[in-house]
Amino acid sequence: MSFLSGFYASLYYVAVVILIAGLVNKIVQYARTPAPLKIPTTPAPTSSGKVTLRMVREVVFFESLFKGNKWIWIFGWVFHFGLFLVTLRHLRYFIDPVWLPITFIQPFGIYGGIAMVVGLAGLWARRVLVDRVRYITSPSDHLILLLLLLIGLSGLSMKFAAHTDIVAVKNFFFGLYQLQVNPLPSDPLLLLHLLLVAVLMIIFPYSKLLHAPGLFFSPSRNQVDNPREKRHIVPWAERLEQE
Amino acid sequence: MAKADFEVPLLKPYAEIPALEPGAMAHSRPFVAKADFQGPLGFPGELVEDWQERAIDKMGELLGKYRSLRVYLDSCVKCGSCTDKCHYYLGTKDPNNMPVGRQDLMRKVYRRYFTLAGRFFPKLVGASDFTREVLDEWYSYFHQCSQCRRCSVFCPYGIDTAEISMAAREIMDSIGVGQKYCNEIIGKVYKIGNNLGLPGPALRDTLEGLEEDVFDDTGVAVRYPIDEEGAEILLVTPSADFFAEPHVDGLIGYGKVFHEAGVSWTLSTHASEAANFGMFIGSYANMRRLAQRIREAAIALKVKRIVFGECGHAWRVAYSFLNTLAGPWDFLDPRYPVPQHICEFTHDLIQQGKLRFDKSQNDDMVLTFHDSCNVARASRMGDRPGGQFEIPRAIIRATCNHFFDMEEETIRERTFCCGGGGGLLTDDLMELRVKGAMPRMQALNNVMKEKGVTHMAAICAICKSQFTKVLPYYGMEMEQIVSVHQLVSNALILTGQDRDEEDEEETSDEAA
Repeated sequence: MSFLSGFYASLYYVAVVILIAGLVNKIVQYARTPAPLKIPTTPAPTSSGKVTLRMVREVVFFESLFKGNKWIWIFGWVFHFGLFLVTLRHLRYFIDPVWLPITFIQPFGIYGGIAMVVGLAGLWARRVLVDRVRYITSPSDHLILLLLLLIGLSGLSMKFAAHTDIVAVKNFFFGLYQLQVNPLPSDPLLLLHLLLVAVLMIIFPYSKLLHAPGLFFSPSRNQVDNPREKRHIVPWAERLEQE
Repeated sequence: MAKADFEVPLLKPYAEIPALEPGAMAHSRPFVAKADFQGPLGFPGELVEDWQERAIDKMGELLGKYRSLRVYLDSCVKCGSCTDKCHYYLGTKDPNNMPVGRQDLMRKVYRRYFTLAGRFFPKLVGASDFTREVLDEWYSYFHQCSQCRRCSVFCPYGIDTAEISMAAREIMDSIGVGQKYCNEIIGKVYKIGNNLGLPGPALRDTLEGLEEDVFDDTGVAVRYPIDEEGAEILLVTPSADFFAEPHVDGLIGYGKVFHEAGVSWTLSTHASEAANFGMFIGSYANMRRLAQRIREAAIALKVKRIVFGECGHAWRVAYSFLNTLAGPWDFLDPRYPVPQHICEFTHDLIQQGKLRFDKSQNDDMVLTFHDSCNVARASRMGDRPGGQFEIPRAIIRATCNHFFDMEEETIRERTFCCGGGGGLLTDDLMELRVKGAMPRMQALNNVMKEKGVTHMAAICAICKSQFTKVLPYYGMEMEQIVSVHQLVSNALILTGQDRDEEDEEETSDEAA
């Protein structure tokens, strides 16, 4: 076991634990925090089935963002959809046998990678060029864009410029399933790519990337508009009534 | 044109997104509540000694009580979708009036004290200690949000700046920094029963005057009862309806509609206020205490239904929160929603063909309709989503011959706030109110030019008061704002009303 393989193995164990523990912790926190009042942004669906549809439109098509700003919507959507395809494509390194739909998606994953980079570049350009967006940008916002962009570019480079031994990479990750450290190829692009992905996993639960679980818990989006029909009351508010 | 010691924005044919002017409204801050106004609401009278610690504790408490606050502070990705949506930003150009700019005033403190990243790398994530300067910024800019929710429509996560403004005001109240306007008014309701501090005898006097006026106008004895036990309907309406113009014309209209419906109704001195300023200051306890008065009045007067008059934020609290705050309403008639909006009530009667109108009575006006923010984005009317847009328009169309909507980007769920909502309808914030009204004034100005609109109808006491005050700054007339039920009142033909005589009189007047 080389030092490098050992380092990356530990890094990924740590990253996975932080990502999962951090996200579970946040999701439990969101779920446990009561929403004492009915505050859906209206017009809102009047049944839970229709609320599910509203959420699907938000998650899949970014409906509200589409209403808000077409440029952010197109770049944001292209980035996220690209990332989604890339993630599906990468599943083949983590499962065996590879499911048929994942095999089918492989070429689209490449387009996804390109789309991801284009979307990120567009979002970053707005962050620099539009005075309003520049004003609300913190250093961390630039760093997250840089991180994602480097992940995308290093990944694409391995496809189009300098291939790595992908069979060995898969073997490395399968080894981790059984607490075994198999040798990881020491190509610089691969090491950079994997390092940045691990960083992304680690910062996920502690950064604005929490928007992903956050959306599902947003009361203005996930509440049913039925306050007159059904009394909505949470435990801490109910205790006031007993006083 | 009203005189201003600040620059009144110019109205343009097309909406423009202004370039940033940082600090442009940093000087705008409402009067601070004195100890007398804080005490009755359960808040300390002045800034407490260990205010910083107590504010952070309070923030922690609210983060545990309100999922909205927790999720909204975590989720923003600074995409920029909301940045050009707030009427106060469009009117003042101050970046702290961009919804995300306003939220960040709280988010930077949240990150510093409640997140790992902010604790260890404050500069990196824009976190900041809760200093005196930050508190001053909070007081200034969290009183430049009318809680209209326009930003929440366009946010990919539905982040509602209103939730954050409410929490900020609650935190400030808890350390003794309250806003005079809101807190004094809430105290008045506790003491007297309504925001304006009108005692029972004054209300009775006003209502008797209305009965006389309507009788003189129509020859029909329409009643405006108050505190009548056993009436079927309790009407809860904003106290401005009792005397302010054009509000009172709306109240006259409600009475005529009830009269034609043949249903007994009553106002209440105990619940002589529909508005609930507890929401503006984010105080659940005060909001609940105010809402309980309506429950108490409904029980004391043994009514079977509750109907609300024209009022925006009041309708939000009524429609969305009343069941939570003061329910369950199992002692009322289950055949009707609790509460109902007066527009729902009138619209039902129109649908049933029970009201007769002479639309020509409103022919001196070409109308447009201002969707009040909290009716549009925080409530509903009728049984379908969007009824809050269609029902008032249906009433206007049934009572007027000439109606045109303003630009689509400025109405319905995208409507602009009047500029005076959310506890900002006070003279010490006049500059903010005038500038914040700009987007609405611009859309109105355009529809006046393009369609010859002369009047704008609204269903909110704050909107009506705000426009009455602000229209003159833009070279328009204060009378251009009207109540929807004023239009109903003008056109409604009361049973037994002797109209021929009236028409003859009008004809002879013209001939003379």
